[in-house]
Amino acid sequence: MQRMQLSYKYINLIITIVLFFALFAVGSVLYNGFFSTQVLLNMLIDNAFLIITAIGMTFVLIIGGIDISVGSVIALVCMLSAYLLEMQHLSAMIVIPGMLLMGFLFGVAQGSFIHFFNIQPFIVTLAGMFLARGLCYVISIDTIMITDPFYQFIATYRIPLPFDNFISISVVIAFALVLAALYLINYTKFGRAIYAIGGNAQSAMLMGLPVGRTKVLVYGLNGFCSALAGIVFSFYMLSGYGLHAMGLEMDAIASAVIGGTPLTGGVGFVTGTLFGVLIQGVIQTLIMFQGTLSSWWTKIAVAFLLCLFIVLQRIVVSRKERTKSIS
Amino acid sequence: MDEANSLLKAKGICKAFPGVKALINVDFELRPGEIHCLMGENGAGKSTLIKVFTGVEILDAGEVFLGGNPIAPRSPHHAQQLGISTVYQEVNLCSNLSVAENIFIGREPLRFGRIDWKEMKYKSQELLAKMDLDIDVNQPLERYSVAIQQMVAIARALDISAKVLILDEPTSSLDAKEVEKLFGLMRKLRAEGLGIIFITHFIEQVYAVSDRITILRNGELVGSYETAQLPRVQLIAKMIGKAFDEFESSDKSVKGDALQESRNAFLRVRGLGHKGSIHPFDLYVNKGEILGLVGLLGSGRTEVARTIFGIDKADSGEIQVDGRTVKINNPADAIRYGLAYCSENRKTEGIIENLSVRENIIVALQAKLGWMKYITKKKQEEISKKYIELLNIKTAGPEQIIKNLSGGNQQKVILARWLLTEPKLLILDEPTRGIDVGAKVEIQKLILSLAETGMAVVFISSELDESVRCSSRMAVLRDRVKIAEISGEEMEEKNIMQTIAGV
Amino acid sequence: MEKIGVTWNRLTSSKLYWPLAALFFVLLFNFFFTKDFFAIEIKDGHFYGVTIDILNRATPLMLLAIGMTLVIATKGIDISVGSMIAISGAVSASLIGGKLEYVDGVKTLVTLVPMPVAIFAALLVTTLLGMWNGLLISRVGIQPIVATLILLVAGRGIAQLITQGQIITVYYKPFQFIGTGYILGLPFSLFIVGLVFGITLYAVRKTALGMFIESIGINPIASKFTGINVSKYIFSVYAFSGLCAGLAGLIICSNVSSADGNNAGLFIELDAILAVSLGGNSLDGGRFSLLGSLIGALVIQSITTTIYALGVPPEITLVVKSVVVIIICLLQSANFRKVVFSKWAQKRGIPDAKNAAKL
Repeated sequence: MQRMQLSYKYINLIITIVLFFALFAVGSVLYNGFFSTQVLLNMLIDNAFLIITAIGMTFVLIIGGIDISVGSVIALVCMLSAYLLEMQHLSAMIVIPGMLLMGFLFGVAQGSFIHFFNIQPFIVTLAGMFLARGLCYVISIDTIMITDPFYQFIATYRIPLPFDNFISISVVIAFALVLAALYLINYTKFGRAIYAIGGNAQSAMLMGLPVGRTKVLVYGLNGFCSALAGIVFSFYMLSGYGLHAMGLEMDAIASAVIGGTPLTGGVGFVTGTLFGVLIQGVIQTLIMFQGTLSSWWTKIAVAFLLCLFIVLQRIVVSRKERTKSIS
Repeated sequence: MDEANSLLKAKGICKAFPGVKALINVDFELRPGEIHCLMGENGAGKSTLIKVFTGVEILDAGEVFLGGNPIAPRSPHHAQQLGISTVYQEVNLCSNLSVAENIFIGREPLRFGRIDWKEMKYKSQELLAKMDLDIDVNQPLERYSVAIQQMVAIARALDISAKVLILDEPTSSLDAKEVEKLFGLMRKLRAEGLGIIFITHFIEQVYAVSDRITILRNGELVGSYETAQLPRVQLIAKMIGKAFDEFESSDKSVKGDALQESRNAFLRVRGLGHKGSIHPFDLYVNKGEILGLVGLLGSGRTEVARTIFGIDKADSGEIQVDGRTVKINNPADAIRYGLAYCSENRKTEGIIENLSVRENIIVALQAKLGWMKYITKKKQEEISKKYIELLNIKTAGPEQIIKNLSGGNQQKVILARWLLTEPKLLILDEPTRGIDVGAKVEIQKLILSLAETGMAVVFISSELDESVRCSSRMAVLRDRVKIAEISGEEMEEKNIMQTIAGV
Repeated sequence: MEKIGVTWNRLTSSKLYWPLAALFFVLLFNFFFTKDFFAIEIKDGHFYGVTIDILNRATPLMLLAIGMTLVIATKGIDISVGSMIAISGAVSASLIGGKLEYVDGVKTLVTLVPMPVAIFAALLVTTLLGMWNGLLISRVGIQPIVATLILLVAGRGIAQLITQGQIITVYYKPFQFIGTGYILGLPFSLFIVGLVFGITLYAVRKTALGMFIESIGINPIASKFTGINVSKYIFSVYAFSGLCAGLAGLIICSNVSSADGNNAGLFIELDAILAVSLGGNSLDGGRFSLLGSLIGALVIQSITTTIYALGVPPEITLVVKSVVVIIICLLQSANFRKVVFSKWAQKRGIPDAKNAAKL
């Protein structure tokens, strides 16, 4: 009985991790060349930006909010950095910190609207989404290619690993963020306050936790993550364009949910989110290896998983409610 | 009483909300090393007084002293820092976090700037061991029963070096064994010199654990008493607001012909129960009879009504309406069988606040008819005007938004809503609570006249004299159990109170 | 004079005051700054002009806004309508096809299935998808945003699945009529909107549906206690929202003569929510005005068209929209009103009666 109970919170996480390895195994059996470290690493290289933004999203979801502006913020960061680098000839050393600061402040502004004016997060970040996407077009309607040598260097540099494997610098950044996020959420007062507020904001207030400050900072942190994802994305694309990262917010939310973070707040796993992204990666790779299926199968598969996990979470919650009312 | 011997002292506390004076010049004193019960019916001002102590509400006038020093708690957090900790009925912890975290969140032990989980686990185990609680502190809190959650809440409160511990209805969802465990802990803390304010609706528990009792009624202090010297009946009399001696001579005429269960009882219920809210009970209501449900707050009065009306789906027993056994799974079913229910929570379960008076009146009948059989707007206006006049509802007109009406008039609108469905059984849960005296009398008269027309009525009220005046028979509840039925000569306040008190 | 005052008061207190004022200002702006904005000419027996163009282009949004109004009135939200548009277009276009074939030596267009069947199928599919949303929300008890998120993610994939990842072009003339045809000189799509609007308005105001929906949005518990079958109506509004999205999808698909699973109706769900909100409807549910939402949709389309007409890059509409959303939200936020208006009152020396009473 104890064991059964132990698993329910982690059930999504466990299913996700098992599913990831199962899918990888299926690919390895079916396709030649699938089973290699580099295939796995390529998933990371191609999805580094998604990992980064999905982690920011995880924080927001744990605190019981949502942020649908992240895709647009990524596009804005790409566009603005391209503009500043190419048109204004600013140094990357100025542009990168500037972008990170901008993302943070953008998030803080959204968080402030949500907390102080008590407006639904969905609506506030909807406005933020329009704003960021619109500002891209104010800068330019066309694609701006990035030719800055520093960006070029980072984009093309491959960090060699043993056995002829390699990763990109973006992967290193993503993993650094994963570690930082794990530390933040498990070993700091701020991190635990996020869980407490997401679990029960009223109680958290009565327990004397700084609810407002934490909430605003979480949105700020998410803004920072999207800006970082934007920079990584601009390494990946080497261009700024208004249509970049279209709909990425939904991928980020889906990754978090599949990784065991429900949209009801109070629960969430950074590791889970990482695997949520990787599951999408492995599905993409499978479809690529299969060759005849087109890429939209990824979306359907992801949505199917999403649906499965949401219903699963709902069942867990209602079972909890029922046992509570009986006891 | 000398100052030195008081831990928490309040003098002349006043607190008003728009339209309500919640506390009027209330004094209160808590001594160190005592368990002090705060008693009173709904709206007596208990929770407002607690909120003043915990900094949720700021008082309008008066002074609060802690250990002889004046204090002015600004927020729950501030009150905690001062040494006043509160454990609420709804456990105010984060059940998604672990037990250890719930005790320490906000002041986690740190090591090199990071949370020291080992230390936290060790410290919380130590703390809980002091309370004879041996549980795995790394498990999320939601895994444990409410009783243990209460204990954890107390552990958290104690660790913030509390001097005063306020327990706001902590026992309402505990079973007997758990209550005993909690009491054990309370006694232990009392021995350590802590002052405990204990709020409960269970009379048994008051006498089991408390040293002194303070009674509030309608925002005013009735008095403070040594528990041992206050008989139960006296306690109830003081809560309900009658001097006990007054009842001695009250004579009572028998109303109605409902002394015996007539063959054609409109509603007959056998063994109906809902786990966790009401123990299985039998009940019948005759046509033209007003059945009063009496008992203290939390005794299960409302739960009886909710179970009959299908809001809480019964998990045992059967219901017969007009001699036919029926299944009532939701309010819509109940309404179809001719039942109607006025909830005690007018605001959250009664009015639909942004709709007009007209719509609020028409909605139940329209729901009964279904959306296709639309009552034309002209007809709606006619009906609502008729009822506004009939019930003397004070409103600018049928198009007035209901939330702008006074409580009494809102209540009349809801009565109109149900009368319109021509119910055969009307369940009224505290229909006169929080409304002015004039409207109260009007509603009582209306209820009596409805019964005369042959309608069966179930009437729930906290005010005993009101129940006695209106009912032709009474069912008495205590601690979620129906304990007795009273009718005829026996139906006089003294006797009822003794039944409620279990003497 | 007095009569005018009374009428004015009634107008300003009306729910439609702000939406109409917004529309009026956009049009006023155009009157001064856009050449020939209000000019309407008749070509080939059709009315032409910027205003007609606005009406025509706003039709899909108006349809969505009608469905979304009812959903929002129940305290819900449906973010899957954009995806359902893509699916509707994909179903109809792939069923009609419209291959060129030689029948008896004459070049004719042949549909794979008769057009009415294709249209019916498209609407059926989106209504079923709406029911799926409704089922998740009313029976399984999932929050509306989350439940409709599933379809938002999956929808475009499903649309691509139907079109085999291609952009299907429909050459079949009768189908193009839906989005581009004219009746009595006015765009045919406008008549569709008129019909749907008329039926919906009748249903909500001449039957008890409207009251039930408002009641559920304001207080679902009390509604349940009065005997309203809350989950049935919640289920129905999502199904209806699906139907509206299906119709909008047909118009969009027919208008551009093709079904594009990726881009058809992209982000239109956000416009629909904005239109409802611009129409004076609270996102917290309750009282609603269908006409207000239609006006809201027109305001959005007018802003877009104005920006086109001014020669500013059209994508800047997004910035304008974001500003509009922020303003609406702030005005709807009780906290904001309290902070701003109490300060304003203090400055003017007016004691805020309500706040004073609370203190």
